[in-house]
Amino acid sequence: MEVIKFGKFAALVVAFGVVVGCSSKGGDAAGTGAVDPNAGYGSSTSSTSGSSVSSEEAALRAITTFYFEFDSSELKPEAMRALDVHSKDLKAQGNRVALEGHTDERGTREYNMALGERRAAAVQRYLVLQGVSPAQLELISYGEEKPAATGSSEEAWAQNRRVELRK
Amino acid sequence: MNTMKYWLTCAAMLLLAQVALAQEAIEITRGSDRATPIAVVPFGWQGSTPLAEDLAEITGNDLRNSGMFQPFARENMLSHPTRAEEIFPRDWKMLGVEYVLAGQVTGSAEGYQVQYHLYNVAREQVLLSRTVSGTQNQLRDMAHRVSDEVFEHITGIKGAFSTKLLYVAAERFSADNIRYTLQRADYDGARTVTLLQSREPILTPSYAPDGQRIAYVSFESRRPEIFVHYIQTGRRERITSFEGLNGAPAWSPDGKRLAFVLSRDGNPEIYVMDMDSKQMRRVTNHYAIDTEPTWLDNNTLVFTSDRGGRPQIYKQNLNSGTTERLTFVGNYNANAKLSVDGRTMVMVHRQDGYRNFHIATQDLERGNLKVLTETSLDESPTVAPNGTMLIYATRQQGRGVLMLVSTNGRARSEIPTKFTDLRVPSWSPYLP
Repeated sequence: MEVIKFGKFAALVVAFGVVVGCSSKGGDAAGTGAVDPNAGYGSSTSSTSGSSVSSEEAALRAITTFYFEFDSSELKPEAMRALDVHSKDLKAQGNRVALEGHTDERGTREYNMALGERRAAAVQRYLVLQGVSPAQLELISYGEEKPAATGSSEEAWAQNRRVELRK
Repeated sequence: MNTMKYWLTCAAMLLLAQVALAQEAIEITRGSDRATPIAVVPFGWQGSTPLAEDLAEITGNDLRNSGMFQPFARENMLSHPTRAEEIFPRDWKMLGVEYVLAGQVTGSAEGYQVQYHLYNVAREQVLLSRTVSGTQNQLRDMAHRVSDEVFEHITGIKGAFSTKLLYVAAERFSADNIRYTLQRADYDGARTVTLLQSREPILTPSYAPDGQRIAYVSFESRRPEIFVHYIQTGRRERITSFEGLNGAPAWSPDGKRLAFVLSRDGNPEIYVMDMDSKQMRRVTNHYAIDTEPTWLDNNTLVFTSDRGGRPQIYKQNLNSGTTERLTFVGNYNANAKLSVDGRTMVMVHRQDGYRNFHIATQDLERGNLKVLTETSLDESPTVAPNGTMLIYATRQQGRGVLMLVSTNGRARSEIPTKFTDLRVPSWSPYLP
């Protein structure tokens, strides 16, 4: 139910070109100053709102990594906008993609394996709600085993809490 | 105004000093009694070339690692006896040494013997005189045998120094070129042997109680699968390869069953498989994350679940299905391991905040919690079969290291390695 609600919310966001900040329900990351590699993305696209729809679509299509707050598997509005474009493509082309869930290094490895899957499943659920067939989506969690950025900083952790859509 | 500032500073310093004193007091009371001073005298050796291993040093390190002994510094010894009749109590009494371990190595590359003597200084009495033998390649085994026998004689606890350690090493050549290897070493990190090599992650190795089989998760086919690997032959058996998670394998104490995590039903649940029939059944049924099973006994699983909103540790009776929460202190408790006697649980513990993960022990009868480590990002604890030591993984300057700490918190050392990045240690049972 909640996901559907968020889907509508995201659609509204796209329709009105509203810039929305962090809508996280606030897992542990609330107030921890976690860095979001996608931050500022919304504002940069809204400034080009006058340009053609296709170029905006192309920009969204180029986004294949979706970031999460700490200990959260909740999709961010900017991720939903990119996923809307991907779902359109997936429905049109019928191809199969992998959704790889990842976490940062904090917490135990096997728990993070489960958390990474929860994140991949959140992306899967959203895409299925947009009409993509579950058979097109392969879920795999790597937990904290394949960090995108090394090191134990807030910046590295924010880069690592992600789902990657791979063709 | 200045005097006021002066007095305020003084008051603040006094307060700080008191805080420091209070902290020191806590430090002192941390161990219930002090480590027993023992002199492990360099073993005599008459050979023309030096021995490949310093046996007395290995034994001294073993005893220190237990947290129950404090080996006396060699350079301060007044004499270096190698035979029982050369041990003079006055040499050691004045140094405050309670026990002396002296010995003599004889033999050649075809075979060695260590004849050792354990001496009680206060009673002026030889407690133990024994001989341990082995080949050139077994010099370290011989030293660990001596440690086991001496440790058991003094403490009454079976020594666990002749045990092995599994861990995974990761060598990063570039972002997408990482070599993962499963290593088996002596418990102290010496003599590593590579059991498996992969370009994809290897996770959660776990020794079977027979010491012959190990289970682990390998991503070698680009998705997680659980394998059982026979150490002697190298034969491997793929146990699970379901859609979704295949993780966290853990052997039952009788070695007949394997608990693990699958998410094939939509979210992570714990399953138990009979290893003869390969029949499996699902044990948990909850929409939360259930993972990291471990066995309290052949009928009881202990596992991590965030069914209460945060990861905490629960126990479930396999016959009745009743579930009970075990941890209530801290906002994150996970990856429990149990001492063989089932009395002490070791786990990853976070008191508060979001960053500081420590290793803690919890007394399962009395419930009291003891935090053993002070670094952050501490994880993957594994307990020696006699419960006196544990090894865990942490991060130092961007690399994963393994630390050995005694359960009484007194001894701590890094496991030496030639690899840059280590993780997921698993301590073997007692080996034949």
